[in-house]
Amino acid sequence: MPVFNQSRSNIIRLIFVGMFVIIIAQLVNLQIISSKYKKLAEENALYAKRVYPTRGIIYDRNGKAILNNTIMYDLTVTPSQVKNIDTEYFCQLVGIDTAEFRDRILDAKFRNGTFRPSTFEDLLPPDLYAKFEENIWRFPGFNLQERPVRVYPFNAAAHVMGYVGEVDSTIIKRYNYGYQIGDYVGRSGLEQYYEKELMGQRGIEFWIKDNKNRLVGHYENKSFDTPAVAGKNLHTYIDVSLQELAEKLLANKVGSIVAIEPKTGGILAMASSPDYDPNALTGSDKQKNYGKLVLDVSSPLLNRAIKGLYQPGSTYKPLGALIGLDEGVITPSSGYDCRGVYLACNHPVKCEHKDPGHAANLRLAIAHSCNSFFSNTFRLTLDNPEFRGVRSGLTRWKEYVNAFGLGHRIGIDIPSEDGGNIPDTTAYDKEYHHQWNSCTMVTMGIGQDKMLVTPLQIANAMCIVANKGFFYTPHFVNRIDGADPNDTLLNRFKEKHEVLTHIPDDVYEVVTSGMQDVVEYGTASAAKIPGINICAKTGTAENYRIIRGRRTKLKSHSVFVCFAPRENPKIAIAIVIENAGFGATWAAPIGSLLLEKYLNDTIRAERLPLIDHLVGSNLMPRYLMVQQFIEDSSRAAKWAKQTGDSTRWKKYTNVSFRNEMLDTLHRVFVSSLTPNFQNSSADKPKNNIKIKDTDSTTN
Amino acid sequence: MSNRNPAISKGVDWSLVWLWLILCCIGIMSIFAATYRETDSILQGFISLKTDYSRQLLYFVMGGIVGTFILLTDSKFFTATANLGYAFGIFLLLLVFPFHSRVKGTESIIRFGTAFQLQPADLCKLFVNLALAKYLSRIETDFYKLRSQLIAAAITLIPAVLSIMQKETGLALVYFSFFIVMFREGLPAAILIIGFSFGVLVVATLLVEKNTLALVLTGIAALAVYIMRRQVKRNRGILFLIVGVWFVCVGVQRFVVPFVFDHVFQPYQVKRIYDAIGKDYVPKNEVAEEQIEQKKSSSQDNNYNVKQSKIAIGSGRVLGKGLLKGTQTRYDFVPEQRTDFIFCTIGEGFGFVGSSVFLCIYLVLLLRIVAVAERQRSVFSRCYAYGVASVFFFHIVINVCMTIGLAPVIGIPLPFVSYGGTSLLTFTIMLFVLIRLDADRQMVLR
Repeated sequence: MPVFNQSRSNIIRLIFVGMFVIIIAQLVNLQIISSKYKKLAEENALYAKRVYPTRGIIYDRNGKAILNNTIMYDLTVTPSQVKNIDTEYFCQLVGIDTAEFRDRILDAKFRNGTFRPSTFEDLLPPDLYAKFEENIWRFPGFNLQERPVRVYPFNAAAHVMGYVGEVDSTIIKRYNYGYQIGDYVGRSGLEQYYEKELMGQRGIEFWIKDNKNRLVGHYENKSFDTPAVAGKNLHTYIDVSLQELAEKLLANKVGSIVAIEPKTGGILAMASSPDYDPNALTGSDKQKNYGKLVLDVSSPLLNRAIKGLYQPGSTYKPLGALIGLDEGVITPSSGYDCRGVYLACNHPVKCEHKDPGHAANLRLAIAHSCNSFFSNTFRLTLDNPEFRGVRSGLTRWKEYVNAFGLGHRIGIDIPSEDGGNIPDTTAYDKEYHHQWNSCTMVTMGIGQDKMLVTPLQIANAMCIVANKGFFYTPHFVNRIDGADPNDTLLNRFKEKHEVLTHIPDDVYEVVTSGMQDVVEYGTASAAKIPGINICAKTGTAENYRIIRGRRTKLKSHSVFVCFAPRENPKIAIAIVIENAGFGATWAAPIGSLLLEKYLNDTIRAERLPLIDHLVGSNLMPRYLMVQQFIEDSSRAAKWAKQTGDSTRWKKYTNVSFRNEMLDTLHRVFVSSLTPNFQNSSADKPKNNIKIKDTDSTTN
Repeated sequence: MSNRNPAISKGVDWSLVWLWLILCCIGIMSIFAATYRETDSILQGFISLKTDYSRQLLYFVMGGIVGTFILLTDSKFFTATANLGYAFGIFLLLLVFPFHSRVKGTESIIRFGTAFQLQPADLCKLFVNLALAKYLSRIETDFYKLRSQLIAAAITLIPAVLSIMQKETGLALVYFSFFIVMFREGLPAAILIIGFSFGVLVVATLLVEKNTLALVLTGIAALAVYIMRRQVKRNRGILFLIVGVWFVCVGVQRFVVPFVFDHVFQPYQVKRIYDAIGKDYVPKNEVAEEQIEQKKSSSQDNNYNVKQSKIAIGSGRVLGKGLLKGTQTRYDFVPEQRTDFIFCTIGEGFGFVGSSVFLCIYLVLLLRIVAVAERQRSVFSRCYAYGVASVFFFHIVINVCMTIGLAPVIGIPLPFVSYGGTSLLTFTIMLFVLIRLDADRQMVLR
């Protein structure tokens, strides 16, 4: 048999081997050289599901939960499974029309695909949830998805607790806790400050997904999973019943209350008014409600207890006395012959008392709140010959005041505290071109001039007086459940701050006696409680505000500070009620009620009408109403200009409505020029601040 | 006739049988790995005949029985019935037209009831192989004559044309592999070289910018003239030949390829070719765009298949993820992974090492068949053996290349491994006929 072309068999073998070599080369390229395919395969098939632990609970001092968790339900939809449902009935339940239904299904498909569930309606209200739980079988493709939500059982301490919201890009950048878009994070208050403790540790579960993005099962039998660790609970010093009372008494007023336990620095209550319902920022309407709150000119989101800046007025006087004593410029027996006015400087400083001898010694001066005495003391401190000059005198004085916790942030454990203002030499150099002396700022001695403090700072200053010279940084959290013993977060609150060193206890007694006299026969007699020795000081802070471009003097702020019992102080309180008048009129009775509530646990029956009177009194400044009108109407005008939709704007062009507003505006100016202190409940505004119209929701 | 031997095992090349066995087992295992779900009971899965791997097992057993019968057959039977078989094959192919399944994409399949179906285009390879061997082994055939070459080409290409008419372009291309047989039997190498050069030219047309390619071609022609300047001086004809070739090349590159791509091929086919060479295809007009979109939406987007397939194989790395651990193949990311893309399962599960070993088994099979072919005394057996080797080679190379992105997706199965009864049985019969013929290698068959 002749074998032709045998050599060609080798060529064929060569072709075979050659092709296989090419294939192997490509396999080397795919499987060994390029590493992207492994990652791509993981991206394809692995889904890292984040498991959210429950956030920590916040308790009050008696173990009542002020901030807790509850389960709410989201309605989710898997578009591919939606078949043969009674759309009409469904829409009727949710309260939407069929067009909206179609839009939302489309949106779900767009966001998450057809095969994965997306949220259709989040955080169902309880009644809607009940309806759906019964009927969910009628709607294949729809599911109720559990979701933990924050709840405030007492509806109290909104500003202190804060709220959670979705993270924004700045938070993601700033903290390295591994947040992702869509995660919730504490956005204010304790929720923000203790975020790390409260949030717990998020877990990760690795799931395998298939080509349609459906989760098929756990990856590698959960061996790569990290379990979620629940957030730590916080135990605070807050007494929630005291907190509730404080908030109740502040109703329809602008102001704030801070109550501190002097021995520990623990804050017993902190209220700011106007406030908001904290539960309004957790449910389904939170965006809408938040929008409303932001547009309200009375700033309900503002925590005035740490951000409100006021002149302390007469409540500064005990501190001024202590500084003078520590410096040695006055003694307990020092007096000032005041005849109703302090004339040592070019501009006279008026005093409420004219009768001679009302400031014969320190105790009497405090009891009568003698302006002349404290102006004098202030000047003596500044012009202390020891410092050779008013400049170093002022600097020294500022150091004292700063040591009292004024003029800088105290370091409370909630964010965005304001530091207040204690001026130094540069401020006066600038304003008076280096031409100033102790007379220039003499009213600082009675808590005015450039001095600005927050209610928290005055309350803390009272703690120093009550403690006879020391304080602990005011804070809310007493202990954290399950905290690491090495955790130093709370250590700084255990540190004792000694402020005054030269003053013996019996000299303190003079100051506290003076403050007790204020209650016994002085301005704060309204605060008297039988059986308890209360030390207090009222204050009236001047109130200027720029309204429509004019610096207008409005009704003074009513300020009151106190601590009790004198012998063994358990509580120190600072109260500021804006635009209310004398400290004695409004702030003092409120303080007294809070003291009684905290120290005796109940309030005597005969004082209940007082509570009703205080709660019922509306002291909201009327300029707010005007301001709200201006803001809302200009927003409506802007809206009309931008969109051509003038339906909202029309309301503000209504002649009678405008006239009414202009009338009110006029009265605000008139009344602010002739303040009517004593009779403030009589000129209660007829239409109070609740003119929040529908506008506030839309923008 | 005198060689009749009661022992069927006499002369059987056992190495081929073992290779067949190993490949079939790998196939069943791969299909199992690709389709098994955690919730299934394995034993029940294998005997229920409801799962793909149990069916493949059944086909494998059937293949074994058919193979045994073939080994019991007389070799002369195959030479005697070769032409008849070819006629039968063509008949089956024609039968498809009135009786084919109406389901889109399966126009080449004849259904018998619901359970059984036949794809003649697949089966016909066997008949063509036999008929070609028969024709080439005829004493009166002088394969150096053009007429014989044309007849041989016709024998292979008629089924190819019929397959194309049944929209089985991939199976049609398989018939071109028989040119390897013809090459072995004396087809001038120039034809293959010209064919190969033509392919290179077409691909180059798609890859390289028009004018650059024309310049390159001109350069090559000039170089050829320069190198052969002595011969050119002696014989002007060579110059004309070179210029003529250059002219044809530029013509093809300039006009023929664009014309064919625009007017002859369907846009989706053009897109597949572009996908295979890694270029983006920009449809010329709206109709073409629409058609491609349609193909995409019917989850026939081959670019996606290839991408996922490459991810699957690439993610296997050196040692692979292990059997049943491949996330790509387990969770349906690679479509058609039990049939055309079965190689992914191996690539992902057993990595580079596993894939290389697997490919080596194939290479050993091919080289063994070539060796077997070369030891035949009869031309018929040798041609048949080369036919088997060529068909296997074409299937293996194109199938694997398409899963790793080196060839366009034309949907042809991997021999013995891909799921599918017709394909497994066809390949098995082809191989066992070869074994039978080889057992009688001392005999001269006509």
